[in-house]
Amino acid sequence: MNRPARRVAVVCMVLFAALLVNANWLQVGQAGSLKTQPTNGRQITERLERERGSIVAGDVEIARSVPSSDQYKYQRQYPGGALYSDVTGYYTLFTAAGLERSQDVFLSGDDDRLLASRVTGLFTNQQRRGGTVITSLVPAVQQAAAQALGNRRGAVVALDPKTGAVLAMVTSPTYDANSLASHTEKAATDAYGVLSSDKSQPLLNRATQQTYPPGSTFKLITAAAALAAGRHPDDRIAAPNELKLPLSTVTLPNFDGETCGDGQTDTLIHALAISCNTAFGQLGIDLGDDALRSQAEAFGFNTTFPDLPLPQARSVFPSDLDGAQTAQSAIGQYNVRVTPLQMAEVVATIANDGTEMKPYLVSELRGPDKRTISRTSPKELGKPVSGDVAAELTTMMESVVTSGTGRKAQIDGVTVAGKTGTAEHGTGVAPHAWFVGFAPADNPKVAVAVIVEDGGGEVGTGGAIAAPVAKQVMQAALDRP
Amino acid sequence: MTRPPLPLPPLRRPRSADLTATFAGLPLPRDSNLPPYRRRELTLLVYAGVLATSALAALTLADVGQLSLGVLTIGLGFFCLWAMAHIAVRRFAPAADPVLLPVVVALNGLGLVMIYRLDLARSEAAKQAGKHIPPSAAQVQLVWTLLAMIVFVLVLALVRDHRKLARYAYTAGLAGIVGLMLPIVPGIGTSINGARLWLRVGPFSFQPSEVSKILILIFFAAYLVNKRDVLTYGSPTLLGLKIPHARTLGPLLVAWLASLGILVVQNDLGSSLLFFGMFLVVLYVATERVSWILSGLGLFVAGAVLAYPLFGHVQVRVDGWLHAFDGDNPSSTSYQLVQGLYGFAAGGISGTGLGQGHPQKVPFANTDFIMASLGEELGLTGVMAILTMYALLVLRGMRAALGAKDAFGKLLATGLSFTLGLQVFVQVGGVMRLIPLTGLTLPFVSYGGSSIVANAAIIALLLRVSDSARRAPEPPSDAPLFDPGAVSESPTQVVKTT
Repeated sequence: MNRPARRVAVVCMVLFAALLVNANWLQVGQAGSLKTQPTNGRQITERLERERGSIVAGDVEIARSVPSSDQYKYQRQYPGGALYSDVTGYYTLFTAAGLERSQDVFLSGDDDRLLASRVTGLFTNQQRRGGTVITSLVPAVQQAAAQALGNRRGAVVALDPKTGAVLAMVTSPTYDANSLASHTEKAATDAYGVLSSDKSQPLLNRATQQTYPPGSTFKLITAAAALAAGRHPDDRIAAPNELKLPLSTVTLPNFDGETCGDGQTDTLIHALAISCNTAFGQLGIDLGDDALRSQAEAFGFNTTFPDLPLPQARSVFPSDLDGAQTAQSAIGQYNVRVTPLQMAEVVATIANDGTEMKPYLVSELRGPDKRTISRTSPKELGKPVSGDVAAELTTMMESVVTSGTGRKAQIDGVTVAGKTGTAEHGTGVAPHAWFVGFAPADNPKVAVAVIVEDGGGEVGTGGAIAAPVAKQVMQAALDRP
Repeated sequence: MTRPPLPLPPLRRPRSADLTATFAGLPLPRDSNLPPYRRRELTLLVYAGVLATSALAALTLADVGQLSLGVLTIGLGFFCLWAMAHIAVRRFAPAADPVLLPVVVALNGLGLVMIYRLDLARSEAAKQAGKHIPPSAAQVQLVWTLLAMIVFVLVLALVRDHRKLARYAYTAGLAGIVGLMLPIVPGIGTSINGARLWLRVGPFSFQPSEVSKILILIFFAAYLVNKRDVLTYGSPTLLGLKIPHARTLGPLLVAWLASLGILVVQNDLGSSLLFFGMFLVVLYVATERVSWILSGLGLFVAGAVLAYPLFGHVQVRVDGWLHAFDGDNPSSTSYQLVQGLYGFAAGGISGTGLGQGHPQKVPFANTDFIMASLGEELGLTGVMAILTMYALLVLRGMRAALGAKDAFGKLLATGLSFTLGLQVFVQVGGVMRLIPLTGLTLPFVSYGGSSIVANAAIIALLLRVSDSARRAPEPPSDAPLFDPGAVSESPTQVVKTT
């Protein structure tokens, strides 16, 4: 009877081998796809129970996890309320957005760079803890930007032109991420429902995700293309009161029917200072759409900025333009679209002697033990304009603020360079008010782009509505230690 | 106790033989070494105790953040409980396999810690919801463990020679079948989760089929020892296979009908499968005829084809297995299975650590799905270790069977070991979606009294067989083990009772 008994033993071992193989297949091979099954609620629960890392701006915690007494061990808090929500995003029972989403692996503690602290945690039987994300935001600048914009719709982006660090990113209307972080399923769902169905799109980060017609701020790019093509700020260019567009019956007028220069020609610098449409329309035609497009693309149009941890829309300079469309595009109309971040990058590049720095929002990552794990070093994206062109553009932009349309951006004791924009976008609505600029002009510390959608409800120019906002943001940035 | 040591036949290995023979009884002389088998068992038992205590310590650390002396006290108490079983083995089966008991203790310890861990989760959830905190399952299980240990000792003490069990073959068979029928008796039987296989007395529910399994196996083994020749020889041949006579097919048909009966009456797919597998293997080992296996499998297929359209219960299980993630199944028919799989996935290789996962998300986390709970918190590493422990248990049991010098002992030990292995396979395989899910418990680990008591008895019987196997052969006894005359008319009687 031993032979069959031995066989039975072998059969048993085969059964156990099958179980062992199956266990490996299940817990290693299949684990990944099982974890992402839509009916698997564990992932979220597990993460809600972890001490998630903080998000920090300056010395302010803008997102943190505090112990809670309910079913999950930690409650996510956003101490800044609505002020930072567009950057931090939210972390709800169901989903995440913003830095909470893009930095999730690090914040939740799953990042491989946190392996060392995980291993020690394994032996001390400690819960996995997340790392801290330190942003480049400066609370004072962020605060000033939010205050200056008020509850008008729009966006403000402030950059350090020398590094590309995002100093402030405000978009309005916004939301309070705390309302979404509720651990009550219904409260969280309801809050999300209200925000996502709101027509004013409070969940949209207008600074990076929304594109607008740039209006006259685009003249900086047209001017850059012209200077690169050999023009000088003092060159006289055609500036009629009305520009007849080629192959079209439409004419391009100046804003409010104003006259530029002597009514026939104007200097390039003066045309920019007073934002002369006909001069730049003609300049665009003379340069051609290809020259404009390649200049715009050198600044980052038709693509997105790499590695930015927030969702982006791409700024667009359209292709295949005829003469009339080129003229309109040269003054930032027709189908030219920009994000506020893109315009901030344009002026930051001019401020930084023509070298464009890669914008970044996360300046440092720290482990749960506060040890620095990685620090962002500024990186050059390219050189869209030469140092000379940048210097000439700076001079021209200074004149915009000292004697042109941007006078409301003047700061006592500081030379400010800037450009206004008043972008038409359909009839019956007030134009968008733009101001882009930097200060101090001779040693730039901050570059800023401001857009107030529909002029904030009042009909007015960028110089009247957006320039004061930019001024306050720049002041706050210059005051910073 | 000053009773003189029992007279034991010498062991085959001289060194251990002397020691075992000398010090089998209690108390042990102070100036002597322990018998190596039992000393090994004690060492392994200490390991098992340390394992359970460490598991409890890890859990406590995760739960309250600090350790107290209480953990050590509980661990020591647990060790002492099973040390009594060890002392009983020393006393009643000194030559028995030293690995079986420690493995059982390790599994039982892990199971208890996991059941306690799930208690913590339940009371936490009840506290959150402001509800009454449910009674502790771990405490009940601890009582059952104590009972299991007592049964273990009793079996070892009462069954001094497993061959004597063969004399009670018919009584055992009858008792086993009555046990199977008991749950359908109104008033005593209770239906739990759709399967009617429980007896309920006060707060304790008992599943008599667990015990019936052993009783029926005793009958079956004894019966086959006597009927071997008839079943093995004198069969017509078809296509090179010996086909058993219709008359001798009787026992197989009985087994088949009994299995189907369990399925029909108790609505329990798992037990049905277990019984049938057990019958088949014992029949095969007794006759060495592969044809039995083949015809048995044929009957199984026929039964499956027959049962499938008739039992909605079975269809749901199979559909939930094949289409676990399709359509609405994850939230309806395959909900438990899928939640269990998510538990395994969450565990990964190293597991979340005791007390740090969410095994309570899986329904029946401390009974049918305790393997998913262990898989989540101990990871693949823990699962493989547990499976290896079971494999060790089965192999050691088989070894006892191979060493047994009597046919009945061989059949009994093979049947018991195989049943244990098959139960683990069907149970864990079901939870891991290798095969359709059936309602079985994981021996020694799952919460449930009947399971641990019955399995403790199984281990005691295996130790008994092992003990006799490791001794030198005895002169053959004159008295027949089993009266063949009584058996010849018996199959019809058995059919009648079923």
